[in-house]
Amino acid sequence: EKMFTLKPGRLPQADVKNIIFFVRPKLELMDIITDNVLREDRGRSPQRDFHILFVPRRSLLCEQWLKEQGVLGSFIHREQYSLDLIPFDGDLLSMESESAFKECYLESDQTSLYHAAKGLMTLQALYGTIPQIFGKGECARHVANMMIRMKREFPGSQNSIFPVFDTLLLLDRNVDLLTPLATQLTYEGLIDEIYGIQNTYVKLPPEKFAPKKQGEGGKDLPTEPKKLQLNSAEELYAEIRDKNFNAVGSVLSKKAKIISAAFEERHHAKTVGEIKQFVSQLPHMQAARSSLANHTSIAELIKDITSEYSLNSLTNLNITRCETTWWTSFSLAKIASEDFFDNLTVEQEFMSGIDTDKVNNYIEDCIAQKHPLIKILRLVCLQSVCNSGLKQKVLDHYKREILQTYGYEHILTLNNLEKAGLLKPQTSGRNNYPTIRKTLRLWMDDVNEQNPNDISYVYSGYAPLSVRLAQLLARPGWRSIEEVLKMLPGPHFEERQQLPTGLQKKRQHGENRVTLVFFLGGVTYAEIAALRFLSQMEDGGTEYVIATTKLINGTSWIKSLMEKLEPAPF
Amino acid sequence: LKESKRAVNSLRDIVDDDDDDDLERVSWSGEPVGRRNKLPSFQSLSDALSDTGVKNYAPELRRPKAEYKDYSSDWSPKDTVRRMQRGKVCSLERFRSLQDKLVLLDEAVAGHDGNVITAVLIFLKRTLRREILFRELEVRQVALCHLIHFLKEAGEQKLLLDLLRFLDRTEEVALSQYREHLNIQDVEKRREFLKGCIGLPFSAEDTSHIQDHYTLLERQIIIEANDRHLETAGQSEVFRKYPRKASILNMPLVTTLFYSCFYHYTEAEGTFSSPTNLKKTFKIPDKQYVLTALAARAKLRAWDDVDALFTTKNWLGYTKKKAPIGFHRVVEILQRNNAPVQVLQEYVRLVEDVETRLNLATKYKCHDVVIETYKDLKDRIQLTAYKCKVERGSAEEEKINSILNNM
Repeated sequence: EKMFTLKPGRLPQADVKNIIFFVRPKLELMDIITDNVLREDRGRSPQRDFHILFVPRRSLLCEQWLKEQGVLGSFIHREQYSLDLIPFDGDLLSMESESAFKECYLESDQTSLYHAAKGLMTLQALYGTIPQIFGKGECARHVANMMIRMKREFPGSQNSIFPVFDTLLLLDRNVDLLTPLATQLTYEGLIDEIYGIQNTYVKLPPEKFAPKKQGEGGKDLPTEPKKLQLNSAEELYAEIRDKNFNAVGSVLSKKAKIISAAFEERHHAKTVGEIKQFVSQLPHMQAARSSLANHTSIAELIKDITSEYSLNSLTNLNITRCETTWWTSFSLAKIASEDFFDNLTVEQEFMSGIDTDKVNNYIEDCIAQKHPLIKILRLVCLQSVCNSGLKQKVLDHYKREILQTYGYEHILTLNNLEKAGLLKPQTSGRNNYPTIRKTLRLWMDDVNEQNPNDISYVYSGYAPLSVRLAQLLARPGWRSIEEVLKMLPGPHFEERQQLPTGLQKKRQHGENRVTLVFFLGGVTYAEIAALRFLSQMEDGGTEYVIATTKLINGTSWIKSLMEKLEPAPF
Repeated sequence: LKESKRAVNSLRDIVDDDDDDDLERVSWSGEPVGRRNKLPSFQSLSDALSDTGVKNYAPELRRPKAEYKDYSSDWSPKDTVRRMQRGKVCSLERFRSLQDKLVLLDEAVAGHDGNVITAVLIFLKRTLRREILFRELEVRQVALCHLIHFLKEAGEQKLLLDLLRFLDRTEEVALSQYREHLNIQDVEKRREFLKGCIGLPFSAEDTSHIQDHYTLLERQIIIEANDRHLETAGQSEVFRKYPRKASILNMPLVTTLFYSCFYHYTEAEGTFSSPTNLKKTFKIPDKQYVLTALAARAKLRAWDDVDALFTTKNWLGYTKKKAPIGFHRVVEILQRNNAPVQVLQEYVRLVEDVETRLNLATKYKCHDVVIETYKDLKDRIQLTAYKCKVERGSAEEEKINSILNNM
């Protein structure tokens, strides 16, 4: 009947008989539920019954926890709701498992891989067995093994659906640690980097969205952030989301002209028929106009920020309230206007292989000015990945500066980053990155942001490694890059799944193959844009559907690897 | 008797198990009801009963005696794991021998379901001697990782540390123990705890950081106590003018240095709160020190102190200005603190790169510097152009004119 967000304290008043807790199996949430249950007024009538629904699986650990708190018996039903893959758009599925990367790569806990495999089995039940499976990485291997085993154990699941997918490509996130660290430069990517897109919704500062009413002096400025939904159902958004941000302006201005012209048509409508037609178009035109207004505002917001960081837009502040009161003028004053581009310049230097073996001045300056810690971590990790690990002296230098500036407790986070392979000492004394970069053509000097001809436009010069691997798999195949594949972590493999005879499809000439790319550990919007670019290429030959454990950006990703430094509220 | 035992067993299952999607419900006549109709015949129904997903409510429709399994006590490890993967509650007590337990564990690991692995581990943790558990896990990496994760989540610190020590993962022991300091709110207790962490087997680099952490907190406690006195006594001007809005406890080193440069700048090296003492104790590099001191003194508008920071006397007694950071940075910080143009100008003049110097001088209206620089460059055109940027009849205009005349 009603849906409330889980919060500690007393449960809200509601005249219902049953209360169902619909949660992911996380221990922190169990504490909140315990609090809710204990505070329930047992004397009230009618008494309310409690049930708990775990998504996607029940967790014995959670139930044990509830038992120890003494509330397990309060639940009449304890069930699970197997929601593994959630469709985010016509070509995008995500498990939204935030901890998947940390669990798989730091803790060797492969539960999320098990869910991935189950999700894939469900997908195959609906869309047909996928005849070819390619993969790169340890986790990819596990998922493929699980899929094969699951298929063997449930032979009844053989179905008679024509396969929609020709190929499944499983990729470990740690095969490409570089891409999520770089700042995304597509329209959707930038929105996510700056404001954070949650479940296709974004919350934006309201000032630019206030309706301009005639006669009102703008005194009633909205204080609530403006919430917008972003997906391909919105025509304009579908058109600009994957473009490089520098190409968005021209699309918006063209659209503005078209819409203006369309509204002008009302002056040309003479006959009743023509007027009727115009009126019938109105809702669509109004929607288009409102969509244009929203995206023009968003583009302006992004423009402001990419040319001048302001205090409000720094969503990744990692400084406690006590510190900001005073030391603000010292640590966090209005950062110089060119900062976004300075940051980008350093990223691009690293990605093109320049000076990755020394301490970088810009990074040092940022530490000295106490820029948000996550920004620093992204940069030093980027340098480390582009150098196959940092020289011990350089690493120690960065670590010392970070600990002295942000606090010694961050030793724990730095340790996690090392374990994940993001910030580590160079062990072999060899830097493989230049070879990988050259062979896979990861750095393209002559990138065209307006009319791209290559996926490198999504980072204005850097082609995402993961997407290159997908691209090369389709054509000419991975055999051509055997040497480079060996330099990347984890095994690469191919499996074939038997299709019942009669279902083996022969693709018509000119018909595209469909490949499902599954990123184990997270995927960025820029990578999604790059794959969509490949899909719509003439003579590309392959269309892509994307699945992942989580939609990420560099900030959310690094954050998931940081130690929680605040003690839990309970 | 056997018949009634079976009936009782099947009833127990009905009570234990919750509703299950995989249930095959069968009516009294043997016809399946419910969603799935894939097993219409009696024979295939009996086949299905060996598949772990099925339960039936009619005791006499059970399959032939030959295939009979006691529902609650004869599931093999493999089947038990299978049942647990489907979320069914299973009692593991019947796995009594070490051998059985290990087979169960290996089956769980092979099934990849973390939930099940954890559940089995909880059981083993309870029913095995620690040394045996550790020894067996040492050769089972996946299970080991799961147990470690579980112990961390459940906060079983002691067992976790014992396990890590057994595995000789000494650095992890150290870090894991160090992590606990975050749960200690009381400063004195935290300080004690950190002291205890120093001897732990960290890497060489990390050991020095932990040592620093302890030393820093120790200092902060002393400074905090002292300063609170000073504040309440009301004698110190700087504390009166700029009352402290937050405590210095648990702040990072650089923040502490800033604080010290702000409130205790003139103190001799001997005191705990003096900046020079902090610099020496923590080996703070010159660059960082100068930057921090500059920011603090600039905030207090103590321009003389700023001056002294950059002035060095050589052996002949001549002073000259030097900075371990570029002077353009100095200018930036001064400007952010609204330094008056006369002060700003001094430092703009010292910026080495000509283009940067001109940019900054123009931006911040340091007319003298602009003029001097163009003079040095012998740039008539720019100098003439700059005239419109200065006030008519001002000293600057005169200066420009005089230079132009003498070029």
